[in-house]
Amino acid sequence: MLIGAFQAKTKGYTVENLRVLFNHPYIDAYKTSIEISLVTAVIGGVVGLLVAYAAIREGTPRWIRSALTTFSGVAANFGGIPLAFAFIATLGPLGIVTVLFRNHGFDFTQHGFSLFTKTGVELAYMYFQLPLMILVIAPAIDGLRKEWREASSNLGASQLQFWRYVGLPVLMPSLLGAIILLFGNAFAAYATAYSLTSGTVNLVPILIGAYYSGNVLDNPHLAQAMAFGMFVVLAVMMLLYIPLQRRAARWAK
Amino acid sequence: MKPRRFIAPSAFLWLLLAAAYFLIPLIATFLFSLKSNQTGKCCTIHNYGWVVHNHGFWQSLKISSLLALETIVISLALFVPTIYWVHLKVPRLRPVIAFLALIPFVVPPIVMVVGLLRFFKGTPDWFYAKPWGFLAGAYVILAFPYMFFSLDAGFRSIDVHTLTEASQSLGAKWTTTLFKVILPNIRSAALAASFLTLAIVMGEFTIANLAAFNTFPIFIQYVNESQGFPAGALTLMSFGITWAAMLSLLVVGRKRGGGGAVIAGGR
Repeated sequence: MLIGAFQAKTKGYTVENLRVLFNHPYIDAYKTSIEISLVTAVIGGVVGLLVAYAAIREGTPRWIRSALTTFSGVAANFGGIPLAFAFIATLGPLGIVTVLFRNHGFDFTQHGFSLFTKTGVELAYMYFQLPLMILVIAPAIDGLRKEWREASSNLGASQLQFWRYVGLPVLMPSLLGAIILLFGNAFAAYATAYSLTSGTVNLVPILIGAYYSGNVLDNPHLAQAMAFGMFVVLAVMMLLYIPLQRRAARWAK
Repeated sequence: MKPRRFIAPSAFLWLLLAAAYFLIPLIATFLFSLKSNQTGKCCTIHNYGWVVHNHGFWQSLKISSLLALETIVISLALFVPTIYWVHLKVPRLRPVIAFLALIPFVVPPIVMVVGLLRFFKGTPDWFYAKPWGFLAGAYVILAFPYMFFSLDAGFRSIDVHTLTEASQSLGAKWTTTLFKVILPNIRSAALAASFLTLAIVMGEFTIANLAAFNTFPIFIQYVNESQGFPAGALTLMSFGITWAAMLSLLVVGRKRGGGGAVIAGGR
């Protein structure tokens, strides 16, 4: 059944359906999807790294780290419908924070912010991207050995030089690998964006979903072709991920 | 270099920002759920009452819970003997299964459901049109990676060969060995896998929505669209279920000596 389910996707394609994908509006959906995934992956990756480092580095009490890891373990599993609603309750037109600011004379809905746009989706996605990054990158930060810091400091390197020549190069494969993971994570997400925007933001999963729940598309094979397109993007990501993972493993002893 | 005695200012700043980002939506949802549906004013627990007295809530919760149970039972029945057998007899197959387990990880649910709907089209109604058939099947696939990696770690931490030989020398049958010897030894791994599966099934929206089944997340979405403030109460309850499942998982995992980080759930 397992294997059969996955074979079913590739059966019976003609190139025609795939060619249509490169036309309007499907190519735009891919662009939006990739853009949102890329933005949340890169920002989530960098901020996640900083937060994880802040929790792990010397001087921070131990309990903060365990609290953050525990919370991340749970928060990485939030998502979907409840997450979307939590953001509507916070930053939606009647959200608690929106109303709070409005009562103090600043209405950010009038300054071009709306939760139900690409920016809003990105903001909500960060809620599961950040915890995932923290979980994934923490072991790599643990791999930065104290001896290296001391050695570079003894040799007269400044903080900046340490990061430029030792810290970042060691972390880089893990960082890039994690960002790819985050990309895939956001790219595959459906429920959050669906619930948040009711389908107004044109994402690939939303378009596929629209075919099955409504009658927006008239060609059933098109939904399958779009699914196949997603699969191809993710497969490329996996191919990039594996060598990075291998390189990152070098320091994980 | 002098070791740091106190938290670094920049570290403090980043942690504060993260805490704000993570906590504000939760607090806001809580405040939201206390507002009255009629007046929009704080504070009432009426919304929680609305949820608890809602027929659709219990109906969908029942479907999702039973589905979770069914998925867990099928998965354990399917994967415990398989992984046991692989560890005992054909360890060479392990990487192959590990690779197969990665597939549901790489293939997003939205892609998977397209494939599944197409593949199972034309199967009898008792399977295709009932959550216990089609949806449970899809969730077993969805749970497969989590089941495999958790159980695999469990089997690796025990000595399968010695345990099996000892039990057979004492005259135990295969079934006795499996249920009385192996299962108690991998209990925490099996429990961890079950909690993860529970979290997945209780939160899965994509497949249920596209296959048009009325599960708990579908009900939440329905309330989101129709009833503003009760949806806040419902959202918090749903978070509570995820929290409970994941925290149980962490407790179980800690006893085993700390499992790896786990991610699951419908996005």
